[in-house]
Amino acid sequence: MSILVGKDTRLLVQGITGREGAFHTQQMIEYGTQVVAGVTPGKGGEWVHAVPVFDTVKEAINATGANTSIIYVPSAFAPDAILEAAEAGIGLVVCITEGIPVLDMVRVRYFLDDTSARLIGPNCPGVITPGQAKVGIMPGHIHRLGSVGLVSRSGTLTYEVVQALTDKSLGQSTAVGIGGDPINGTSFIDILRLFESDPMTDHVVLIGEIGGSEEERAAQFIATEMSKPVTAFIAGRTAPPGKRMGHAGAIIEGGEGTAQEKVAAFEAVGVKVARQPAEVAKLVAERM
Amino acid sequence: MKLHEYQSKRIFAKYGVPIPPGDVAATPAEARQVAQRLGGPVVVKSQVLVGGRGKAGGIKVARDSDEAEALADQILGMTIKGLTVDKVLIDQAADIREEIYLGITIDRAQRKPVIMASSEGGVEIEEVAKATPEKIFKLAIDPAMGLMDFQARNLAFDLGMRRAFIRQFTTIAKGLYRAFVECDASLAEINPLVVTGDEKLLAVDGKIVLDDNALFRHKDLAEMRDVQEEVEAERQARQAGISYVKLNGEIGCMVNGAGLAMATMDIIKLYGAEPANFLDIGGGAKADKVAAALSIILSDPNVKAVLFNIFGGITRCDEVARGILEALNEVPTEVPMVTRLVGTNEEEGRQILAEAQMATAKSLAEAAEQAVALARGS
Repeated sequence: MSILVGKDTRLLVQGITGREGAFHTQQMIEYGTQVVAGVTPGKGGEWVHAVPVFDTVKEAINATGANTSIIYVPSAFAPDAILEAAEAGIGLVVCITEGIPVLDMVRVRYFLDDTSARLIGPNCPGVITPGQAKVGIMPGHIHRLGSVGLVSRSGTLTYEVVQALTDKSLGQSTAVGIGGDPINGTSFIDILRLFESDPMTDHVVLIGEIGGSEEERAAQFIATEMSKPVTAFIAGRTAPPGKRMGHAGAIIEGGEGTAQEKVAAFEAVGVKVARQPAEVAKLVAERM
Repeated sequence: MKLHEYQSKRIFAKYGVPIPPGDVAATPAEARQVAQRLGGPVVVKSQVLVGGRGKAGGIKVARDSDEAEALADQILGMTIKGLTVDKVLIDQAADIREEIYLGITIDRAQRKPVIMASSEGGVEIEEVAKATPEKIFKLAIDPAMGLMDFQARNLAFDLGMRRAFIRQFTTIAKGLYRAFVECDASLAEINPLVVTGDEKLLAVDGKIVLDDNALFRHKDLAEMRDVQEEVEAERQARQAGISYVKLNGEIGCMVNGAGLAMATMDIIKLYGAEPANFLDIGGGAKADKVAAALSIILSDPNVKAVLFNIFGGITRCDEVARGILEALNEVPTEVPMVTRLVGTNEEEGRQILAEAQMATAKSLAEAAEQAVALARGS
């Protein structure tokens, strides 16, 4: 067992003929993911790394039974790609694309509320269940199957923590990057809920950062609805107010969204907060 | 990207929001001409992209064109919070009776635009939120329907506005929302929206912050960028496609990924020093980008050591190592460097640096410790 992706994942790659799409399709196949189809409008009938390309998501589903989609489409076209996948009945849509306008995401989320699709991202590294399926751009080899569930707003910072866990022989059940944008498809709480009911997961690591108040809401959820231990790390203790730190969502606005507030919110509900990435593994090991 | 007051108000005017007659001047002589044309008292307002212009002496009232010229002479060239004033807006002075705040932004938790209004206009909304949060009224806006008339009316009644103003207020609020959406703004704000002696509503000051990610479809707005208002290094970084924020510490850092870049800044602090910058070179950065990033970091004279932290995924460590050497060729420096490379092609990367007598650290903690020691000259 695991959450979101696994042996049953039949993956469709939107934007498969692009440079990024083609490169990561190969990487995902090498990792063992079942990549069953690709979609690039106007390029139906082509093949990329022995994967058939279709013009539309509907056609791809009908021909291959794809149940999950990953999007490597440029930001101007990615919102449309998300909507097409959701409308066609894909259950899980993972959007890697960075730089989607916020108002586009407002409309996308609004539309998704009326479909059964779950969106992960955008602006995220994707989802991986070690040894089963990699639906994303993360380096697969640093992961190892185990019982720690990870959820993060970041990419490379997650790899850093995964590496530290793996170095201490602490494997992962599933690692989920929910993305660094101010409006995304899936929240920390959504993923915490999935980990709480996943029999494979014994411990959860949450990696947050400055901006917004999702971490504070997650702390409340942990206090009231979770039995499994959670360890956290919050990036941006030294970030100044009013400046965007790379991620569109990483900004302290009107004095809100500081790392200090988030750390305090977690500590108040008994969640241990690491001061540096490597310390996460140490804190997890102490409680396993 | 922030727009100046005069740019923001011109946009608002296109959407039916009344603004005072006025124009921009770059010299005292131009200021006099504008004031003459307007006649009567005017306000001379510095156009810089920071708050608190009034307190800094950057906004003054002139009785006539002589005084407008004198005040423009005083204000032009002034420095406000590190930014030099090179333009003033000359607006006809309004007869202000009441000041209202009206703004639209995105509420992250509700995932919708929200319109906010307060009878405490003329001060920063954050201050009102702290002191008297009960005086701020907020409404979420349905993305499909937009701001509805009744919502605007409800806000007006919440503010305690007289009935005579309700229709004007509704037009202004709906215009502001359309401007917000059609410009892809992350903030559109009228502060203050004033009630004048002749019973009119007037947007005396305004501000628009645009969503950088949407600029690709707003070429006209993108051209409004005032490059003189940007820190030189931040401008260079933007043009090179690098995310850079200058800070005040002594250790420069170059990292791939925003979260990891913040974590790297934090660990520098944890080991007793301060980061000089935030810098994310992005995924898949090639040697030339690394070189551009390094010269931006080194352009800060406070930098006493540089820490490279690369977790290779899409980014290849050998490319980064080559970029570092290339940059050092172009920008020779005595500043000591610590490198930490892991992930894709890390062996090749370390090899390249070893051949150039550059040390590599094994972990992020070790790298931070070394960088702090080097910055202290020990």
